[in-house]
Amino acid sequence: MNYHSKKLLKLHLAPWRMATVGGLIMVGLATVGGRAFYLQSLHTDYLQGKGNAVANRSLTLPAHRGMVSDRNGEPLAISTPVESLWARTAEIKYSRAELNRLADILGMAPDKLKLRLQTRKKGELSVQRPLTPDQAARVAAMGMPGLSLRREYRRYYPAADVAAHVVGFTNVDDLGQEGVERAFQDWLAGKSGERHVLRDRRGNMIRDLEPVKIAQMGGNLALSLDMRIQYLAHRELAAAVTANQAKGGGIVVIDAKTGEILALSNLPVFNPNNRRNYDPQRVRNRAVIDTFEPGSTMKPFTAAAVLERGLFTPQTMINTSDGLIVGNKRIRDEHPHPFLTVTEVIQKSSNIGAVKMAMTLTPEQFCDTLHRAGFGQKPGSGFPGEASGHLRNAKTLKPVEQATMAYGHGISVSLLQLARAYMAFANDGEVAPLSFLRREPQEVVGERVFSPQVARSVRSMMETVTHEGGTAVRAQVPGYRVAGKTGTAHKLIDGQYSADRYIASFVGMAPASDPRFIVAVMIDEPSAGAYFGGSVAGPVFAQVMAGALRSFGLPPDAPLDAPRITQPTLPNPIQTNKAEAIKRGRAA
Amino acid sequence: MSRVNMALALILIACALLLINAQHHARKNFVELERLKKEARTLDEEWGQLRLEQSTWAGSARIETLARTQLGLITPSLDRIRMEGATPP
Repeated sequence: MNYHSKKLLKLHLAPWRMATVGGLIMVGLATVGGRAFYLQSLHTDYLQGKGNAVANRSLTLPAHRGMVSDRNGEPLAISTPVESLWARTAEIKYSRAELNRLADILGMAPDKLKLRLQTRKKGELSVQRPLTPDQAARVAAMGMPGLSLRREYRRYYPAADVAAHVVGFTNVDDLGQEGVERAFQDWLAGKSGERHVLRDRRGNMIRDLEPVKIAQMGGNLALSLDMRIQYLAHRELAAAVTANQAKGGGIVVIDAKTGEILALSNLPVFNPNNRRNYDPQRVRNRAVIDTFEPGSTMKPFTAAAVLERGLFTPQTMINTSDGLIVGNKRIRDEHPHPFLTVTEVIQKSSNIGAVKMAMTLTPEQFCDTLHRAGFGQKPGSGFPGEASGHLRNAKTLKPVEQATMAYGHGISVSLLQLARAYMAFANDGEVAPLSFLRREPQEVVGERVFSPQVARSVRSMMETVTHEGGTAVRAQVPGYRVAGKTGTAHKLIDGQYSADRYIASFVGMAPASDPRFIVAVMIDEPSAGAYFGGSVAGPVFAQVMAGALRSFGLPPDAPLDAPRITQPTLPNPIQTNKAEAIKRGRAA
Repeated sequence: MSRVNMALALILIACALLLINAQHHARKNFVELERLKKEARTLDEEWGQLRLEQSTWAGSARIETLARTQLGLITPSLDRIRMEGATPP
């Protein structure tokens, strides 16, 4: 159709109007087109980024720190989530009533809470950590602007101070600082993962944009500890340290067949759940890290050294009547006897007898035996910072040094090392490697230290120590044969032997017919009168050994009509120090 | 010819609708999966808390204190304990 052909429809327009309208439309089109071009091609990165920021999320998947448990699965360290309350100071707004309610939930005074919220002008501050689950729910229900709950993982140690030195603890960043937590940090921590997801308007995840990097959860760890024995050892040690007014003490219980550490405790101790009054001295695992001069507990090794070379038999008589002078040192016995057999030297702990035996050996022979028993080397438990002790060099060993080493002076050992060395006597001459982790019996490959004959004959010598006439009658366990050795050493203080400060120790094993446990006890500076290893450390040994034998259900091996000496037992800890015991119960 | 086209168009529409439906289901299931995963994590954490609580209540130190103070029990001395034909557990 042709409009121009119809006269009535003919329109007379000024050409400039056409041009103006057309021009305006073109300008509008150009503007829109230009804007579209700008957004689509020049500004696209920025916009794409914004869009992704809303819909795409990259999330870190936190790895849960693994649980530490004892050999029976009893938890010793667990991470559990706790909520903590944070405030963004710039955004926070509250009325008087809201403040009062929040203070009521948190259990704080309103004024104190107000002060706390005003401590900082910018950024975020933590109001309270951690909250109880109930508190967290009530705070969330209030919905106050500027307040937020944050989920954190906190590590709890249900055994508290009982297993504190072995388990150790982690710092705020969940890094192991001490003990097993540090030694097995990598295994326990795990690795956090990552995923990229697309989210909808409501924040629900719709799909994964990339393959998920799965978080590697921290592994659980079963320790070799047996909490029944550990608790008993800890309790008896604490009771003995209190009763003897000692400065400290340590106890180690080892499975003689497998080398597993069943219990290890030290005093003083700390509570890993409450580190407000942190004291590095209390955190030290003395039984593993510190060394001391063992004293007479070394004598069985002197005896083994001469027995294995055929220089003495258990029945050889030794003249121990007169004082013995080696170099410029006079060797003395606390209770002199004219003649003793080798067995009686061990039973009555004669220094003269031990020195006379050791002096028949060359320095190389003597040091070789001690070296084989593990002295002067790390015991290999894998515990961070374990001590190797000190063993003198055979080439430069003076006679007087050889003489004092025969009864355990001039040589330093850790309690763990001493217990490990006794495994040679307990296990017919073989020492299994120590372990803080539970292991299966078939995994153990021992290392031969003594021949089975030597180990057995030294063991039967050590059995007489707990018989009538021995130094440790109080280490007897009714129903079982017990072998062991006492030690009473003068303490070395600034290079001088102190006249009145002692370290009392006892290392023993039972059942003596086929030992299953080794218990080593050390009491540092007993100062309530008694200071002999037999009377201070012996009773602790007896209590712990009896408990260990009972809880493992080992059959008694002593003849039923064996003469029994009535055992004076330690007073119950609650009677000696009721308040302390109640406090301990409450803290746990 | 136009009939075939019509049929194809209908099939196309049906397929498109099915695709939308499938995608919707996939998203719904994914959301459900995420929810269940979260629930599993919560339950896991709760389990840990319960373990913690259990071992706190059943701690040897606590039991001993209660036995001594509330029940008046004492630990027998060693010579009053006798092991009879014990067998390993």
